[in-house]
Amino acid sequence: MIDLNVDILIIGAGPAGLAAAIAAKEQGIDSILILEREDMPGGILRQCIHNGFGLHRFNEELTGPEYAQRDIDRVNELGIKIRCGTTVLSVSEDKLVTCVSSEEGFRTIKAKAIILAMGCRERPRGALCTPGTRCAGIYSAGTAQRFVNLEGYMPGRRVVILGSGDIGLIMARRMTLQGAKVLACVEIMPYSSGLNRNIVQCLEDYDIPLYLSHTVTDIKGRERVEGVTVARVDENRKPIPGTEIDFRCDTLLLSCGLIPENELSLGAGVELSPVTSGAVVDEDLETSITGIYACGNVLHVHDLVDHVSSESFRAGKAAAEYVKGIKREGRIIHVKDGFGVRGVVPQRIHGGCREDVTFMFRPASVYRNSTAVVTCGNNVIKRKKAMIFTPGEMATLTLKASELEAVQEVDGDITVSIEQEGM
Amino acid sequence: MEKLITCINCPVGCRMTVTLTEDGEFISVTGNTCKRGADYAKQECTLPLRMITAVIPVDGSDMPLSVKTASPVPKRLIKEIMKELSEVKVSAPISLGQVIIPDILNTGVDIIATRSVEK
Amino acid sequence: MNDLTSDIIIIGAGITGCAVARELSRYDASVTVLEAGSDVAEGATKANSGIIHAGFDALPGSRKAYHNVRGAALYPKLCEDLGVGYRRCGALVIALSEDERRTIEELYERGIANGVEGMRIIERDEILKLEPGINPEVVCALHATTSAIVSPYEVAFALADDAAYNGVQFLTDQRVVSVKRDTDHYTVTTTDSEYTCKILINCAGSFGADIHNQISDNKLSMVHRRGQYYLLDRAEKLQFGRTIFQCPSKMGKGVLISPTLHGNLIIGPTAEDIDDPEDTATTADGLADIIAKARRTWPQLSVRTNITNFSGIRAHLTTGDFVIGRLDDVREASDAPKAYEAIGIESPGLSAAPSIAKEICQLVLKDAALTEKKDIKKYTRQGKSFHDMSAEERAEAVKRDPRYGNIICRCETVTEAEIRDAIRRPVGARSIDAVKRRTRAGMGRCQGGFCSPRVAAIISEETGIPLTEVTKNGGRSYLLTGTVEEYLKGGESDDRS
Repeated sequence: MIDLNVDILIIGAGPAGLAAAIAAKEQGIDSILILEREDMPGGILRQCIHNGFGLHRFNEELTGPEYAQRDIDRVNELGIKIRCGTTVLSVSEDKLVTCVSSEEGFRTIKAKAIILAMGCRERPRGALCTPGTRCAGIYSAGTAQRFVNLEGYMPGRRVVILGSGDIGLIMARRMTLQGAKVLACVEIMPYSSGLNRNIVQCLEDYDIPLYLSHTVTDIKGRERVEGVTVARVDENRKPIPGTEIDFRCDTLLLSCGLIPENELSLGAGVELSPVTSGAVVDEDLETSITGIYACGNVLHVHDLVDHVSSESFRAGKAAAEYVKGIKREGRIIHVKDGFGVRGVVPQRIHGGCREDVTFMFRPASVYRNSTAVVTCGNNVIKRKKAMIFTPGEMATLTLKASELEAVQEVDGDITVSIEQEGM
Repeated sequence: MEKLITCINCPVGCRMTVTLTEDGEFISVTGNTCKRGADYAKQECTLPLRMITAVIPVDGSDMPLSVKTASPVPKRLIKEIMKELSEVKVSAPISLGQVIIPDILNTGVDIIATRSVEK
Repeated sequence: MNDLTSDIIIIGAGITGCAVARELSRYDASVTVLEAGSDVAEGATKANSGIIHAGFDALPGSRKAYHNVRGAALYPKLCEDLGVGYRRCGALVIALSEDERRTIEELYERGIANGVEGMRIIERDEILKLEPGINPEVVCALHATTSAIVSPYEVAFALADDAAYNGVQFLTDQRVVSVKRDTDHYTVTTTDSEYTCKILINCAGSFGADIHNQISDNKLSMVHRRGQYYLLDRAEKLQFGRTIFQCPSKMGKGVLISPTLHGNLIIGPTAEDIDDPEDTATTADGLADIIAKARRTWPQLSVRTNITNFSGIRAHLTTGDFVIGRLDDVREASDAPKAYEAIGIESPGLSAAPSIAKEICQLVLKDAALTEKKDIKKYTRQGKSFHDMSAEERAEAVKRDPRYGNIICRCETVTEAEIRDAIRRPVGARSIDAVKRRTRAGMGRCQGGFCSPRVAAIISEETGIPLTEVTKNGGRSYLLTGTVEEYLKGGESDDRS
């Protein structure tokens, strides 16, 4: 039994879902519904109260709530409906969505197109297999951020942070500014995956030591964390005996990576990439199921919300065109990861594509003074030099429509790779 | 006098050497690869600036209010600004952009709300 | 206010204590259960493999063998009555060499002697057809069709709820300091109060020998044997449908791989003798050991989908068998106080618990004239979890109670209605972990990252304690150390640690 029919159903009212909705509406689609499980739209930006968002898109530095508010205001202006407090329970291949909320009960919605914009979640301790006790005081950085910034509570007094990704660095500063003591930030890799700016402004400004090539090897404390042991690791990331340092702390924050939240996508039968953990998509961000699109962190984990928004505008526009009956043409060209490249998105494009296509990927390691190269068959389509490629920063490379024409003339797949200097 | 700093403008993270007079006045910078780097080095060695964001409690509400300095302020004032923030009393309704503390510590910079709180 | 005087005191609210409490709740006697932890099922009960063993493992003639086989037979009906899950998934003990075949045959013989039904020795091809994930070097296996799985703590909670609903008083955070026998009563002193009773029953798990030795001159000693585990994420298609044991060998007992009732895979345990009966930390060596051993069963094992590691402590008596019976052989006047015990209840203790409880109850009835209650009440829970409901049932549930429409735990689809119910049950949840074990909120792949703040808020609301007093697992396991306001003011008002 279908309770409601819509043209485009968007799952998630974070920056991805909001941008997709705006783009779809601007393409003339009126029947759009956004479902959001939290009580308010805005997604994770609501708790990201630090600044640094929007430089690319708005040419100014906003805080997370301010960035989100701009999209929320626009969505409201356009009269797009958002249902908050609504959790999607299932998505099917034929675009039937079941959802539940206290206000509207259990509902089945039929959509012509669906945009997946559920975001990502943090890697928990279990995934790290960190030994020790399972006492209170071990939080993912995002959970701690929610407690402080949205709930008004402090999750700890003396803190060690495992992982030097941006969320971990940001929380080091937040906890310090709000009156806690951060003793150390510990990173298993020999480099931080966070921005230089955050290392300087979140750690150095507050004299918080960063331990590179170190990890937490033990957690002590029966009821609440009483301390952690940190040890240096070898090149295989195995702790080196004898290098242990003990910290007396009551809190361990984990900032050890993000994972796209694709349980609903899997349920629908959407093909996922083992590299990105997100859907396999084409230049329209269409997944393996016709009419189901994915964008934002559920597709692949971004570092800049500006990129999330631009990607999601594309998904929204494409979904609108799909609803209007516009079809893509041409052979399918697969896009593959070459040397030094992990998780190129999109993973395929149509030969008939007449618009610019932006490829995004993560460098597999740090490469200085190197060149990103796009090849098709034996032909080099594009080269882009950069002073640095680093895993901490998503790399982008845009093929102009004119450059794509060259692709159409040759057979074979596209490969994106990195050429190191002197190679 | 020389100071070593890492550039924060992009992931390259140039290591720059800044030469200053004994009084801390900027003379020159080396190691940068762009103009933005040079500007940053000069600023960071003479008067480092920071945006400050924070959450403060709202009277009668569990959810705290997020605030920011409307523009960057001298880094050395961070502690004092946090102290000022600990003493301010706010209550709903508050609108995004509303001035919470005008001209904080005579910097000419306001502390403003970065979200709205309804009554 | 807690009742300080009872006819019967049971020390320990693990699976055994809860089963005994439920048996005794059918009689006209006041019963108090004293639990050292902050919740029911806090010891070995919450951290074991969750297997209802068929009964081929224990030596014929042992108490372990008797209670295992009898207990396992009681489980299907018991779980149905309690409204908790039970799945007879069957088990395989695999032999990876012809040498091990002999062990398989021995186990089969033992099973026959113990009265186990539904056993068969099967060969390689059939094994790989049943369980394609098993090491292709497998030679043969003992297939025990009556082996089953339950969620051990869910069984304990349901037993406790039913007992409490029928008048049993459950008191947590009552660590027993001393037990004293007087002429007409026992005095049990806990870290909290002093309790007296006529009949004392020792079901104290890891502390069973300590309690025993305070009363009896026949001293017992106990070894605390830690078992660490991996719990893998629910997968679309479960790798193993049955519990897979390795052959006990010179190399030790091996580790098992088993589906859980909720569709995860559990892998473990280790067996390490440790000094501290409450040291449930996991160790790098222990975790590595499990993986090395488990790969003998499942060469393709990857821990990429691990969601948590945990460990439990088995209460192993050096005598090797369960000790069940009268604790003191004092046969004086019928009004003299009496004590009973069920200790050393290591594996197959979960399987044995219903049978042990019946035996203890019979012993008590022999010594004390208790009359059976006429009005036994059946505690009915809300029943099926939202996660397991069909679309129609879900629609119906939300219509009945809109709080079913508020999903608190995304990974396991647990609703606000279920979390409030867990807190309101007769032996209600008071901490994040207590809610987790009753509802599965926080058991999923994000391990409470999203839902724990919201569960904490509901606990605070339901119980009236401030959010800063909500704990992860009782005691001083506070989630939060203060408010933003307090910390900004710089006055670290929290001096709890």
